[in-house]
Amino acid sequence: MAVDIPQNVQDLIGKPQYEEKTEFPIEVGYVFNTCAAVQNGNPLYWDAEVADQIVGGRIAPPTMLSVWFRPHYWSPGAEGERTALQTHFDLKRLLDLPEAIVSGNEAAFGEPVRMGDTLTTRQIVRSVSEFKQTKLGQGRFWTIDVETYNQHGEWVGTESYTCLGYRRQEVVA
Amino acid sequence: MMASVNLTAVDVKEGDELPPLSHAVTATTVVLGAMASRDWRPMHHDKEFAIHRNGVKDIFINTPNNAAWFERYITDWTGPKGRLGRMKFKMKRPVFPEDTMVFNGRVVRMSVDDSGCQWVELEVTVSVDGQVNTECQARVAIPCDPHDNPWQRKASRWQP
Repeated sequence: MAVDIPQNVQDLIGKPQYEEKTEFPIEVGYVFNTCAAVQNGNPLYWDAEVADQIVGGRIAPPTMLSVWFRPHYWSPGAEGERTALQTHFDLKRLLDLPEAIVSGNEAAFGEPVRMGDTLTTRQIVRSVSEFKQTKLGQGRFWTIDVETYNQHGEWVGTESYTCLGYRRQEVVA
Repeated sequence: MMASVNLTAVDVKEGDELPPLSHAVTATTVVLGAMASRDWRPMHHDKEFAIHRNGVKDIFINTPNNAAWFERYITDWTGPKGRLGRMKFKMKRPVFPEDTMVFNGRVVRMSVDDSGCQWVELEVTVSVDGQVNTECQARVAIPCDPHDNPWQRKASRWQP
């Protein structure tokens, strides 16, 4: 572990946080949107008969795992910007790094996500690097795992995000 | 609608190249992908924000949409019985409107696990103007034979 990490950030490493359920049951409209956005003609997602034969019913593409946990941009009673991957924004704030990008992504996929499923997720900070100089500015890399289970307690997948939080380079005239 | 492809283990060997896929990216491509993945962050739809806050030249394709493109590329090749087990990618450079993405892929390893599942390890890239923008390693299960179906595997018989 890097030695210059503030204690309040060190305390977050390895600790499951933000357990939450999907805001709505998994539904096919978003599956069509995703497939249309990348022109994915896989009949598993467009043809109920094929889905029934191969998987026993309609499912979502595995790579949609994170889609189900992003909040709507607005909802009644919500205040301020609603963000997914809250631990990422916590790290930006705690480390005082105003800009951030996702630099890498790894996912493992378990049970298929089926229409009508209700999923539960939790976020775990796995690592935070020491300060590094990058092309974008000085900052730190961090990795966050997002583990997801369905309503039967079956593991449906884990996504790991590697992010760079940074301060932009000051341009000297 | 029925699948036109259903790859099985006899159809694949290490070193095989996947057919390339080319796609001309527009602002609509980027925004469609961001909205479909429910990613409302402005660098994926607001050019001024992308330039002045992110320090890049335009809006760019977001991470989950990048994943969706890789999945589409891989399952175009396998057919619907191909089941993704694992995928890892590293974005070296963003993909912007006016770029033409070119997907290439190669079979680097084939293996059968102790439950009899046929795995194919792939290296896939997205390039723009001959430069690699994103590198991806994927592990996808395909049928051992025409009677096998990786989607029927559960618990210890599914080892992604």
